[in-house]
Amino acid sequence: MADLPPEHPDFLWRNPEPKKSYEAVIIGGGGHGLATAYYLAKNHGMTNIAILERGWLAGGNMARNTTIIRSNYLWDESAAMYEKSLKLWEQLPEELDYDFLFSQRGVLNLAHTLQDVRESQRRVNANALNGVDAEWLDPKQVKEVCPIINIGDDLRYPVMGATFQPRAGIAKHDHVAWAFARKCDEMGVDIIQNCEVTGIERIGDKVVGVQTTRGDIATEKVAMCVAGDSSVLADMAGIRLPIQSHPLQALVSELFEPVHPTVVMSNHVHVYVSQAHKGELVMGAGVDSYNGYGQRGGFHVIEEQLAAAVELFPIFARAHVLRTWGGIVDVTLDASPIVSKTEVDGLYANCGWGTGGFKGTPAAGLTFAHTIANDEPHPLNAPYALDRFETGHLIDEHGAAAVAH
Amino acid sequence: MLLISCPNCGPRDETEFHYGGQAHVEYPKDPHALSDREWAQFLFYRDNDRGAYAERWSHSLGCRKWFNAVRDTVTYDFIAVYPMGQARPDTHAAAAPQTSSTTESEGAVR
Ligand SMILES: Cc1cc2nc3c(=O)[nH]c(=O)nc-3n(C[C@H](O)[C@H](O)[C@H](O)COP(=O)(O)OP(=O)(O)OC[C@H]3O[C@@H](n4cnc5c(N)ncnc54)[C@H](O)[C@@H]3O)c2cc1C
Ligand SMILES: [Zn+2]
Repeated sequence: MADLPPEHPDFLWRNPEPKKSYEAVIIGGGGHGLATAYYLAKNHGMTNIAILERGWLAGGNMARNTTIIRSNYLWDESAAMYEKSLKLWEQLPEELDYDFLFSQRGVLNLAHTLQDVRESQRRVNANALNGVDAEWLDPKQVKEVCPIINIGDDLRYPVMGATFQPRAGIAKHDHVAWAFARKCDEMGVDIIQNCEVTGIERIGDKVVGVQTTRGDIATEKVAMCVAGDSSVLADMAGIRLPIQSHPLQALVSELFEPVHPTVVMSNHVHVYVSQAHKGELVMGAGVDSYNGYGQRGGFHVIEEQLAAAVELFPIFARAHVLRTWGGIVDVTLDASPIVSKTEVDGLYANCGWGTGGFKGTPAAGLTFAHTIANDEPHPLNAPYALDRFETGHLIDEHGAAAVAH
Repeated sequence: MLLISCPNCGPRDETEFHYGGQAHVEYPKDPHALSDREWAQFLFYRDNDRGAYAERWSHSLGCRKWFNAVRDTVTYDFIAVYPMGQARPDTHAAAAPQTSSTTESEGAVR
């Protein structure tokens, strides 16, 4: 935990002018866009590609999230996807030659009711069957992992135990983006910032290019990685996605010496907490109920999450909130992502990662790149196709995924 | 926190309300005639406008009645509030927003 953050890198990528055409264009320079470009270049030899970002690299949810990485999801499709992602996280610092402080300090998902306990134990068993590390801990064992937690029985919702995934953790999100960006750039990918896509051009059922604030670009493959704006982009291509955009907020405290050695999440009283490498307590909660694009949310959500945090961690009572902010997440009805071809030839959708897509960044990139390069899904993202809403093969992680979306 | 004007009770804090998503989504007239694709559209696909959006709210801690609203999903301002069953008002013609909606926008990070 005392590890020092890596130095801010010198500018590690070129800032080229957009070319008139590319083999593929990726919209969105967040983690998912960057990881997709990385695996397109590395695994599929596609380097005549561009990432178009309307703002600055990783200025969206990538650098707004609370960086929790875990793979303890309930359903087989989810465990496969998120566990692949976790395995990639474990090798990426070396592969990208950049120490972005991936810290496997474990995650506790607390249970506060008898139903929570049963659901949690079921998930531990499901995880074990899928080769995901998971344990059930009683309150005393929870306290051993995280000594500052209050396991008293005088709480409205006492801690009745927790699931523990030791390999879970956190990483420095902006450095993850820079690490991917440097490698993409080395392999010839054009990273183009301040370039907003304003239109997606089709001829009949085929994509032929995009319009941008820096001119038109011809391409036969357009890949959307625009968490939060997925519906807006899909609309430009004349299609509809089963997505709703919601504000999700986070906050940090001032710096403290190390007090919080792991990640604690509670679905029931809804707060999640970790301590950043520098020392801030980083906290998040649930989405605001209404649809929104404003990158901010309601104060009552923050108030409730702080009340829950102080009850669980009495020593936080005197901590000051330093900063709060919001991002816009794109949520599907089954709380699982979409990594899929669309009804338009050459248009690919990666979206719907909702409140939990940071952890999925490497696997999203890997499988989405495969889908774009081969025009067919990777085995891991085949269940995440858009047609699941028609076939009824939903991957319903609501509640099951150990967090309320 | 949003300040929402319940048509029955007047302006109340957002925490008294429950959000119901897109308004004016009609149950299929002839359910048996729908293909799987059409069912999927009805069940899982909703508009997700950036800007003026017609949506449902219920005043669950007050009069417990549902009503409709048109709200701007970027500024979060309520443009119109109207009873269930009434057609979506022409909000282009509407003048100033009925109520100010956010009380804490000051410190928000954009
Ligand atoms: C407060 C908060 C906390 C979170 N906590 C976690 C967590 O602990 N763990 C976890 O796994 N996940 C978490 N998430 C979710 C995670 O951040 C997202 O699922 C994930 O970052 C989405 O993928 P992305 O990185 O590509 O999105 P983004 O980084 O948002 O990338 C999308 C990019 O597209 C760009 N864009 C949009 N429209 C256009 C256009 N027209 N033209 C060009 N560019 C465009 C945007 O500017 C943006 O940079 C959290 C999210 C938030 C908001
Ligand atoms: Zn009322």
